[in-house]
Amino acid sequence: MKVPVNITVNGRSYQRDVEPRQLLVHFIRDLGGLTGTKVGCDTSQCGSCTVLLDGVAVKSCSCLAVQADGAAVTTIEGLAEQGTLHPLQEAFWDKHGLQCGFCTPGMILASHELLRHNPDPSDADIRHGLEGNLCRCTGYQNIVRAVRHAADALAEK
Amino acid sequence: MATRLFGSGIRRREDPRLITGSATYTDDLTLPGMVHAAMLRSPHAHATVGTIDISRAQASPGVLAVYTGKDTSDGLQPMPCAWLVPDADLKVATYPCIATDTVRYVGDIVAVVVAEDPYQAYDALDLIDVEYTALPAVTNPAEAAGDGAPQVHADVDKNQAFHWAVSGGDVDAAFKDAEVVVKERIIQQRLIPNAMEPRAALAEYDQASGDLTLWNTTQNPHILRFLNSVVTGVPEDRARIIAPEVGGGFGSKIPAYPGEFITVFCAKQLGRPVKWNETRSENYQATTHGRDHVQEIELAAKKDGTITGLRCTVWAGMGAYLSTAAPGIPTILHGLMLPACYGIPAIKEDVYGVYTNTTPVEAYRGAGRPEATFMVERMVDRLAGEIGMDPADVRKKNLIPAFDDGHDTVTGLTYDSGDYPTALDKLLSHADYARLRAEQATARKSGRYIGLGLSTYVEMCGLGPSQVAGAIGFQGGLWESAIVRVHPTGKVHVFIGTSPHGQGEETTFAQIVADEIGVGADDVKVIHGDTDTTPMGWGTYGSRTTAVGGAALAKAARKVRDKAKVIAAHLLEAAVEDMEFADGKYSVKGSPDKAKSLAEVALMANVAWNMPANVEAGLEASTFYDPPNFTFPFGAHLAVVEVDKATGQVDLKRYVAIDDCGPQINPVIVEGQVHGGVVQGIGQALWEQAVYDDSGQLVTGSMLDYALPRAGRLPEIEVLSTVTPSPHHPLGVKGIGEAGTIASTVAVYNAVMDALGPLGVETIDMPFTPERVWRAIQQATKGH
Repeated sequence: MKVPVNITVNGRSYQRDVEPRQLLVHFIRDLGGLTGTKVGCDTSQCGSCTVLLDGVAVKSCSCLAVQADGAAVTTIEGLAEQGTLHPLQEAFWDKHGLQCGFCTPGMILASHELLRHNPDPSDADIRHGLEGNLCRCTGYQNIVRAVRHAADALAEK
Repeated sequence: MATRLFGSGIRRREDPRLITGSATYTDDLTLPGMVHAAMLRSPHAHATVGTIDISRAQASPGVLAVYTGKDTSDGLQPMPCAWLVPDADLKVATYPCIATDTVRYVGDIVAVVVAEDPYQAYDALDLIDVEYTALPAVTNPAEAAGDGAPQVHADVDKNQAFHWAVSGGDVDAAFKDAEVVVKERIIQQRLIPNAMEPRAALAEYDQASGDLTLWNTTQNPHILRFLNSVVTGVPEDRARIIAPEVGGGFGSKIPAYPGEFITVFCAKQLGRPVKWNETRSENYQATTHGRDHVQEIELAAKKDGTITGLRCTVWAGMGAYLSTAAPGIPTILHGLMLPACYGIPAIKEDVYGVYTNTTPVEAYRGAGRPEATFMVERMVDRLAGEIGMDPADVRKKNLIPAFDDGHDTVTGLTYDSGDYPTALDKLLSHADYARLRAEQATARKSGRYIGLGLSTYVEMCGLGPSQVAGAIGFQGGLWESAIVRVHPTGKVHVFIGTSPHGQGEETTFAQIVADEIGVGADDVKVIHGDTDTTPMGWGTYGSRTTAVGGAALAKAARKVRDKAKVIAAHLLEAAVEDMEFADGKYSVKGSPDKAKSLAEVALMANVAWNMPANVEAGLEASTFYDPPNFTFPFGAHLAVVEVDKATGQVDLKRYVAIDDCGPQINPVIVEGQVHGGVVQGIGQALWEQAVYDDSGQLVTGSMLDYALPRAGRLPEIEVLSTVTPSPHHPLGVKGIGEAGTIASTVAVYNAVMDALGPLGVETIDMPFTPERVWRAIQQATKGH
């Protein structure tokens, strides 16, 4: 039995009939083209699937599509506004905060959440705040630099 | 003056697509009519397989097909092993893509389901009934090599996949005359590589033409095309292998796996595109693991600290089958490096490759070299403790003096260039080692246990030349190729045979070309990972992409430059001998105003209206570069830890890395490689371990159970460098991808043991979990 849902993704409304068990991450990835949200594990450890649900970061592998009915989701594809990169995206690029890039969408959106709560984090705050996201390439150091850089850029805005 | 891009830390050209989510990894692809495969894997480490009832699965909604090993035995040949190490009595056991009568590790594939959507495919897996009869299993390589151990393969006596030995110098004399001998048994625990992108394959097969396209998470698509032809029977000219965006590999995406070939089989049978994605749990069970050595080591020395010999025996777990390159890793890539940066004059090592009922083992970042570096560097610290010398002084006493034209080792290698004493001196001075020792002594008086751990290393990378590949049993070449093609507007396409997957060569290779021919880095697009469009190459591993592929590229670019010079001379009505390439332009010597840009030359070369006599149209060159030798990067690292005696908690307080990879094309990218590499090595020392229970179940079977490094548990890594060019590389560069991992595990290990030395703790098996450290302290101090 399928269930109707209406989920807004990056400002566009999607009405679909979904299986009750379908994960939000699969709902998003199956919309056609929105594959920036990644599936890196099956135990909610890696954080690659992090999206914003009504502005709050969630691991979209730990949320059913039916739970997101009526909500607004922002994925990595929706972060840049009118072609201008979000300061976090610019900062990850500037500070070499990514290598293979697979964890990056989730890492950027988790950082978005971190800065929402703490606009002026110390390096230790950033490291603590990103404990729920795994990266195997960077050793995290340039991710920390990127988030700190983005915090400065956002403060100047 | 044109700005030189070599050496500039420009932003990566890869990143815009990666930070916006538009990059396309294998799982991001969708084809019309695409269906999904899921693999049924053995829950037993060792069992015979009786009847397999697939009828309920076949009737499950959305299911198109269910295949077992009986169905695939004609269409899929056994998995080949491609590194047949010679003089090792190598026994390559049959490795079927789908097991038929026996399963040999938890994760061995017994059936595949193809269904319209992935949820349906996984539902159907649960409906397959397999009759297993469990057999005794063995997981520890040293135990598997012993008498009476369960036999993983009936036709391989004592589970011995190979016995390889290396020796040089007079080891017996070294130990007979030794004033000091130190011994240790070290467990290089099994690790799980954990590339963030799980493996995936998408196969599209045209039954009419016989053309196959296989998108796959591979580090070496050209090797995969060859192996695919062996296993699936699709000829190389009919198979196009594409490595799209690949999310890390660390060695685990070098080998070919049954999964992608089964996916090809299904696509051939069904005539529909078939996608297969492994889950992370499958990745833990069935994507190759790393390390897994039991090492017994003895070091001979004089009382003044001079190292005179090294003798060791290693049992290297191979897992249930020999993965593609597996035999070469604990042998060639390991044993030959034992002279280390000390030029140890007498070496004897026996390596026993052992089958166990575990996931196959393959290259994992560093691949054999971390295990060798660990052995030597650990024993140096043991020696220092034994003779009462500071570990830094023992190293200084033994390091090979600086050289720039080759140093021969007793294991038959010729290090290209090195300045190990300078690296160590710079490390000690930057870290203020003397002050750290004084602080350590003060802290001890107040009951705080601080430890300093050093490691120095030299590694071999840029694997080659191909003649050596043949001699060491590598079933391929080790050259690299590149094509540089300049279009009419002066924009450049570069096609390379290697296949970067996060290392940033789309940027660094553009930097190389830009300087060589006179364009901007933004004018160069680097194309890789598609066997139909790129020239043959052997892939990205062993820190060889820049060390070998970068050399090929530089040589191809120089051919383009030479031709551009000829065309520019013609256009300027000058003699070719009077031309020079200066400031990014092709000009007449002494007359910088008489010059042509690359774009001007390229336009003429492409329209060919006015070409010099006997010069072909077009502006393009290709090269096949076979390196004359390996390259040998080196460095010196220091870890500072504090151990809480009451809880056993290890706090990594400081980490300093000095690495010498020769001249750095992009220092920001080099630093990023060091960060990542160092942290992976720290992970081995402090947190990571693949654990099997006695029945062969993988206890650490998910990211929840296997402790990966996380941001909050790491200090800022201090990264420094020295620059010693390779004498034989066209750009002098050596490679940096694995350096950090090679050096860091033992640096942290030595630091922890240094901290615990006053308590009488001599050895602890990694990883240094609080429980293990606490138990070791309790045992050494009897609870006091």
